[in-house]
Amino acid sequence: MKINKETVEKVAHLARLEVSEDEKELFAHQLSDILDHAEKLNELDTEDIAPTAHALPIQNVFRKDEVRASLDREAVLANAPQKDEGMFKVPQIVD
Amino acid sequence: MELYQLTAHQLHEKLVNKEVTAREITESIYNRIEAVEKDVKAYITLTKEDALKQADKVDEKIANGEEIAPLAGIPIAIKDNMSTEGVKTTCASQILHNYKPPYDATVIKKLVAEDYIMVGKTNMDEFAMGSSTENSGFSKTANPWDLTRVPGGSSGGSAAAVAAGEAIISLGSDTGGSIRQPAAFCGVVGLKPTYGLVSRYGLVAFASSLDQIGPFSKDITDCAIALNYIAGHDEFDSTSANREVPDYTASLNQDIAGMKIGVPSEYFGDGIDQEVKDAVWAAIKKLEELGAEYEEVSLPHTDYALSAYYLIAPAEASSNLARYDGVRYGLRSEEAKGLVEMYKNTRQEGFGDEVKRRIMLGTYALSSGYYDAYYKKAQKVRTLVKQDFDKAFEKYDVLISPTTPTTSFKAGAKKDPLEMYLSDICTIPINLAGIPALSMPCGLDSNGLPIGLQIMGNHFGEEKILQVAHAFEQATDFHKKQASL
Repeated sequence: MKINKETVEKVAHLARLEVSEDEKELFAHQLSDILDHAEKLNELDTEDIAPTAHALPIQNVFRKDEVRASLDREAVLANAPQKDEGMFKVPQIVD
Repeated sequence: MELYQLTAHQLHEKLVNKEVTAREITESIYNRIEAVEKDVKAYITLTKEDALKQADKVDEKIANGEEIAPLAGIPIAIKDNMSTEGVKTTCASQILHNYKPPYDATVIKKLVAEDYIMVGKTNMDEFAMGSSTENSGFSKTANPWDLTRVPGGSSGGSAAAVAAGEAIISLGSDTGGSIRQPAAFCGVVGLKPTYGLVSRYGLVAFASSLDQIGPFSKDITDCAIALNYIAGHDEFDSTSANREVPDYTASLNQDIAGMKIGVPSEYFGDGIDQEVKDAVWAAIKKLEELGAEYEEVSLPHTDYALSAYYLIAPAEASSNLARYDGVRYGLRSEEAKGLVEMYKNTRQEGFGDEVKRRIMLGTYALSSGYYDAYYKKAQKVRTLVKQDFDKAFEKYDVLISPTTPTTSFKAGAKKDPLEMYLSDICTIPINLAGIPALSMPCGLDSNGLPIGLQIMGNHFGEEKILQVAHAFEQATDFHKKQASL
């Protein structure tokens, strides 16, 4: 098994996910299976192959840096779980 | 024939000739929804009131003698991962259960400009992660051909809506097969355009280098018409291709004599059901009768595409889905002390299992110490997969294969994630290469379920795909078969 429960805990923290004890077991097993399947890629010699991040050769798309209208603040804040005086409100960050 | 059974081009003609009104068409669709939606469950949100208002506007234009666009007054369903201003856009996730976008996606703006009628927002696998629409955070959609089976996914609601007569056309998105696989399972036409042809602005991102929006329709002509209206450069999407968009209906009636078809042998391996292979081969022979030439070809890296995809797509997803943190929109967990706990609890409550699995897989593949071994390796293999296609298209106009290894499977049949992933083996390589591909019906199996034919083209080769697809459609009757719901 490539992934044990401790690795699941570590990755879950990096991804800001809370996982239960049962889920740790299940995800360790399932993620290991998927990564075992991915071992197949090592059959290929890719030493001299360039990676592809994107299928089309589009690079450096620029536009003029000019001021344009943006979304209305009230419309954007309408979805906020909590807001205060035109701002998003979050739980306390610093103790 | 009822109005809901017709195609957009048939309805357009009737509208222009004043044989029907847009209101009658729209009412026919909602009556149909009334009758079958309880079984199919294709929609998350219905927008009937606005739809009828919009229909009246179109009727007024016609009454005033104004010219109307080909999609004016046509009821169209939208996958629930495309932003619609003021209309809930949930991605079938609890984390966005109440999210109403403050703006329209570019594709929606384009359709609005054509006076289309939005029927509603369709069900999907949560954040487009899945192949059966069983991963929806709200409900499971059924296959209109057999309600005990899945419609495919992730755009299962959009495919089922068209197959069940609950929409004339619909839009879906395709990251690894999410348009073509459900199109195959539901016996409709589905096109994944070339990466960059259709703007992704306002499409909620899953894997940004693979996602592409495309149409579902009942026939090839409607597919070409829909593509005409959603394709094109968009300055709001920096990955959008800046090139002229042709009239995709123009190539439809052209002869296919002399066209060269490649048949990739890797797509006809042991994992592919014999009935599916037989139907696809019969279609290739039919195209030969129509004057095309075919030859078997090898795409040697096909077997590696699935593994590469299941590293690249989750990696991109883990980054894209970091934005769901309970701060600006959607769900926020109430039971949390401090910010980090709020993030974690919100994401725990809001995401389903498959989404969590992929976020973790992607986070792992991108994490320090594993990046080169997994993510970078997968990107290098992506190059090899793409080169296979580049080489094939030097010689062939299109490639033809099955869309899926089997026809639709029973709901609940695939419990193991890896087993579910394998249902996308014929569609995933196309997204890695960024090329366009279409699925269309080419027969029914012994259970009476539709079989999908996949036609792939080179980058921006949509016209050739549609030309071949149309020739096949005109020579056969498969597109006329409808689910007996």
